[in-house]
Amino acid sequence: MKVLDSLNLEVAAGEKLALIGPSGSGKTTILRILMTLETISAGQVVVNGDYLWHEEKDGKLVDASEAHLHKMRNDIGMVFQHFNLFPHLNAVQNIEQPQVLVRKTSKSEARDKAMELLGLVGLSDKANHFPHQLSGGQQQRVAIARSLAMDPKIMLFDEVTSALDPELVDEVLTVLRKLASDSDTTMLTVTHEMNFARDFADRVLFFDKGKIVESGDPKIIFSDPSEPRTRAFLSKYINVS
Amino acid sequence: MHWDWAVAAEVFPRLMAGLVVTVQATFVGAALAYALGLVLAILKMSENRAVRWTVYWLSEFIRRTPLLVQLYFLFYVLPDLGLFLSPFLAGVIGLGLHFSTYTSEVFRAGIENVPKGQWEAAKSLNYTMAQTWTRVVLPQSIPPMIPPLANYLITMFKETPLLAAITVVELFNAANIYSNSYYKYLEPMTLVGALFLLVSIPSAYAAMWLEQKYSRRN
Repeated sequence: MKVLDSLNLEVAAGEKLALIGPSGSGKTTILRILMTLETISAGQVVVNGDYLWHEEKDGKLVDASEAHLHKMRNDIGMVFQHFNLFPHLNAVQNIEQPQVLVRKTSKSEARDKAMELLGLVGLSDKANHFPHQLSGGQQQRVAIARSLAMDPKIMLFDEVTSALDPELVDEVLTVLRKLASDSDTTMLTVTHEMNFARDFADRVLFFDKGKIVESGDPKIIFSDPSEPRTRAFLSKYINVS
Repeated sequence: MHWDWAVAAEVFPRLMAGLVVTVQATFVGAALAYALGLVLAILKMSENRAVRWTVYWLSEFIRRTPLLVQLYFLFYVLPDLGLFLSPFLAGVIGLGLHFSTYTSEVFRAGIENVPKGQWEAAKSLNYTMAQTWTRVVLPQSIPPMIPPLANYLITMFKETPLLAAITVVELFNAANIYSNSYYKYLEPMTLVGALFLLVSIPSAYAAMWLEQKYSRRN
C-alpha cells in the first residue's frame, strides 16, 4: 500500500513546520521515515546534505547500512503520541540515560542537564517520580525534555497531545510554543490542534490521501485556503479562522 | 502395618544423599532449561520463516512426548549411536530440553509484552541494539518472567523421580532401592513424600510472593 505518493518536500534549517490533515493521510509516516522507524520503497530523503536511507559506495547509491542510519539518527529526535518514557526509570533517569549511553556525557553533567531541562518544562519537583506516577501531560513534558537533552538538529513531534485529556493539552503546547520561539532547531509537528499550528509554524502543510494538497503561511492557510479540500477540513475546526 | 522408627532412622541418611542429587538435578536441569529456553525464544522471534517453523515443530515434538520416553531415549538409545551419557547427565539434559520448550514461551511472552513504542523510543534516542536490549527491553521484561520461571523450577523438582528410570539415585530412587532390598515401603516412601513437601511448599509460597511483588509494579 502506498501511504505517501510522489511527495516532494523541502524543509529549511530552523524552519517550524506543521503538518495537518485527516487521520491516515500520511503525515505521521513522514515523521516515522525521518526517524528511520519506517522504510521507503522509492525515492530519496536527504538530511543535512546526507542521504538518510541510502549511502554512496564506489560512486553508487546503495541502501543505507545500520552504521549509516546510526550516524544519521544522531541529529534527529522524536516525541511520540504515547510518550514512550522508559517505565523502569524515573523522570530524571529517563533524561539522563540517553545522554550517558549515546552522547557519552559524564553522569554528573548528564544529571545537571536533565535537571535544567526538567526546570524548562516546569517539572523540577517531579525529578524522582516514575512515569506511572505522573499525569499524561507531565509524562509528555518529560519526553520532550528527554529528546531535547540529545541536542537534535531536527525535532519531530508526532501528535504529542492526541493521547492527553483535554485539560492537560495546554501545558504541553505551552512548552512547545516556547521551544519554537526560542530555538533554531528544525521542527516538524503533526497536530490536530489548529490554533497551536497557527502560532507554532512558519509553514503549514495540508495533507490528504498521501499528498500535499496545499502549503503555505499559516495566516493564509487558516484564513483563506485556496483548495476546497483544505477548506472542508478546516471547517470542522470551528474555533479557527 | 505399623511405623518402625528404626527403619526410618536407618533409611534417613540415604534419603538425604538422594535429596542432594535431586536438588542438583533440579538446578542444573533448570539452568539448562532457562538458557536453552532463551535461545529458543529468540529463534521463535526470528525474521526467517524457516527458522521459526523448524523451532516451532521441534518444540512441539519435545513438548508433546513424555519426558520418561525422552529420558529412555537419551540413556538407552543414544549409546547405540555411539553417544554414552552418564545417568545424571542424561537426566539433566532430558529435564532441561523438555522444560526449555515451556520456558521459551515465558521468555517470548515477556519480550513481546514490551510495547513497540519502547523499541521506537530507544531507536529515536539512537541506542544501539545491545543498549536497547540491556537498558530498555530486558529490564522491563525480566521481572514479570520471574514468577513463571520459579514455578517451572518447582515443577522440575517434582519431576525428578523420573530420573530413577535411568538409574539416577535421587531421592525417590534412594528410597526405592532400600525398599526393594528390605521389603519396607511405609517409612521410606512416607519420608520421601514428606521431604518433597518440605521443599515444595515453601518454594510455592515463595513463588506466590514473587508473583505479588512483580505484578504490583504495573
